[in-house]
Amino acid sequence: MSSQVPLAKQVRKVLVGDHAVAEAVRLAKVNIVSAYPITPQTLIVERISEMIERGELRADYVRVESEFAALATVYGAAAGGARAFTATSSHGLFYMYEMLWWAAASRVPLVMAVVTRALGPPWNIHDEHTDILAMRDSGWIIGMAQNVQEAFDMTLTAFKISEDERVLLPVAVGLDGFILSHTAEPLDVPSQEDVDAWLPPRNPRIPYVIEPGGEAITMGNLPGNDVYHAILKKYMDESMESAKKVIAEVYDEYGKLTGRNYGPLTECYRCSDAKYLAVSMGAWSGDIMNAIDRLRNEGYSIGLLRIRYVRPFPEEDISGWINGMRGIIVFDRDYSAGMGGVLAGEINGLVPNNVSFEGVLAGLGGFDVSADEFKAIMRDFVDKTEREGLVRIRKYWYIPKIER
Amino acid sequence: MVTITELHKYGKTKFIMPGTAACPGCPLQVGMRQLAMALDGKFAMVIPAGCSSVIPGVAPYTAYTVPVLHVPFASSPAVASGLVRAVKQRGVNGPVVVWAGDGATADIGFAALSGAAYRDEDILYVMADNEAYMNTGIQASGTTSWMAWTTTSPRGKTEDKKDVALIMLMHKVPYVATASIAYPMDFIDKVRRAMQIKGFKFIHLHAPCPPGWKMDDSYTVRAARLAVETGAWILWEYNQGKLIISPPSIPYRDKSRRKPLEDYIKIQGRFAHLKPEDIKVMEEKIDRQWDLILKLAEII
Ligand code: SF4
Repeated sequence: MSSQVPLAKQVRKVLVGDHAVAEAVRLAKVNIVSAYPITPQTLIVERISEMIERGELRADYVRVESEFAALATVYGAAAGGARAFTATSSHGLFYMYEMLWWAAASRVPLVMAVVTRALGPPWNIHDEHTDILAMRDSGWIIGMAQNVQEAFDMTLTAFKISEDERVLLPVAVGLDGFILSHTAEPLDVPSQEDVDAWLPPRNPRIPYVIEPGGEAITMGNLPGNDVYHAILKKYMDESMESAKKVIAEVYDEYGKLTGRNYGPLTECYRCSDAKYLAVSMGAWSGDIMNAIDRLRNEGYSIGLLRIRYVRPFPEEDISGWINGMRGIIVFDRDYSAGMGGVLAGEINGLVPNNVSFEGVLAGLGGFDVSADEFKAIMRDFVDKTEREGLVRIRKYWYIPKIER
Repeated sequence: MVTITELHKYGKTKFIMPGTAACPGCPLQVGMRQLAMALDGKFAMVIPAGCSSVIPGVAPYTAYTVPVLHVPFASSPAVASGLVRAVKQRGVNGPVVVWAGDGATADIGFAALSGAAYRDEDILYVMADNEAYMNTGIQASGTTSWMAWTTTSPRGKTEDKKDVALIMLMHKVPYVATASIAYPMDFIDKVRRAMQIKGFKFIHLHAPCPPGWKMDDSYTVRAARLAVETGAWILWEYNQGKLIISPPSIPYRDKSRRKPLEDYIKIQGRFAHLKPEDIKVMEEKIDRQWDLILKLAEII
């Protein structure tokens, strides 16, 4: 992240990740929030309810009976022209699955926080990225924050990205369960006036508005021609492509406003002179950076490519960084059964055959991976490549020993 | 009370444009047209999966003349909750109506229906009940009648019809009614009275479906009327604290004035396999339902 001198007045607060997301929702002057509790998302909707009670946010708060209804409600609200927000996690996200697709293909702007968590069985409330990655084909823009500040920034910028006429797709803001959601960190929060000037109220007529007495438009009835469906999907794909540009623009502006410019879809740490590249997303990227600093001190030439947005897939960025590297090691906190790590699977295809590759499956179900462990895994990979010339390991299950 | 003279002004108004994908004799077109008359064509509609998502024909065109959001099967009450709040925040005050079938209402969408009702969302929910999943080819739903043939109840459905209107009454919403496409004035009055009230309004509209009920295309209204005349379908209205029997059903409080149940049953192929003792059981069920509704009308 590069720093600039910010234009906005900012105050420093200390908040947990969930509360930082709520803070961004307040500053975005969201009109409608639907709420259903699920750990570890609950703090978001609780904090928003307090904000509304205290009059800090003038929004309709809808206490729905399920996550499916939570997304259906904000979908209806967005179709009615409102700026709408909800939040979920894990099983809740999966209960929404049908609506995820409907909301995205309807092309109404929406923002939803996804506090990542493992899926049962067995019951497990701890962190894993499998839930948010299961959204990846649905048409949502999907980001993963690294820390509390970024969770805040990503939420605020999400409204601007989602409502851009060149995009009009819903945005999911991912933050790691407990690791970010329940951990307090200092963050800088811009003033309401500065946010207002930067993020005007939503234009209800873009893309369209369904309202009583309004124009007799219809959304979602059968296409007259099979090809029509394909054309709509192609439009969606074009939106995803232009989202890459829009995200870059929005972060550029946001960087000027707040002094924080992460780079659009990816952020690369100590990459410019690196011969090896680690790839990751989410909160544990901080620990990996720490491990990389220590490997650098030992003479290892390695950097970290952090995926900030999984969708649209930052293919050009990734290919650019891979170019000239000797080896790529991808850390997945997720598992696609019968395949392996999701990021490893997506990135694998971009890695030339003469470059070493390892996909590491770790941290599933929330087990901690320390900087020391990251260091050891990366060092082994580099050593092996240097020794053998080429290493191709599609999946490596990193599972610490437990006492039974 | 709406009068025929008043409705005449809609004589040439096409609330649903011609050339729809509905079957001949479709009750949904009849009912939706009555709904549109009641609201003078000024409302927004949320329609979950079902016949009514196919009837308007193919995008980018639509036969419906009001704004419509087509939504997934289970989601319509929740979508309408968000929609109505959004338009209100923007200062638009017209009605938001969910027009849903029995499957979307009584079965898959029931949690969302219950949620929207208990939150007292300011919407009108019309359940157009053709008593089966007709759009997927006549499978039994929660409101399919006892012993009715469907493709998933080939020897007749063993469960009783789910009484959705009474269940909605117990949600303490301000307005619940039953209606029938054969009694347009009654239905239109009910829609208009409901629209005077802020909060959740529910109308259970009886809508006989020729292919699903295995009867002639021309029998739609006849079957709907016979359901009322035989007492099998009771028209009642609960309006903010008072439950009454609606005028078309009043004569049939008296069992002797009801037409024989066979008149209603025998025009429907879905009941062709019924034995006389089945019809007797059905009659007993109808009597019990009348007892219940009349007792409720005394105490509510
Ligand atoms: S199946 Fe019945 S309800 Fe459906 S379109 Fe045909 S007649 Fe209408």
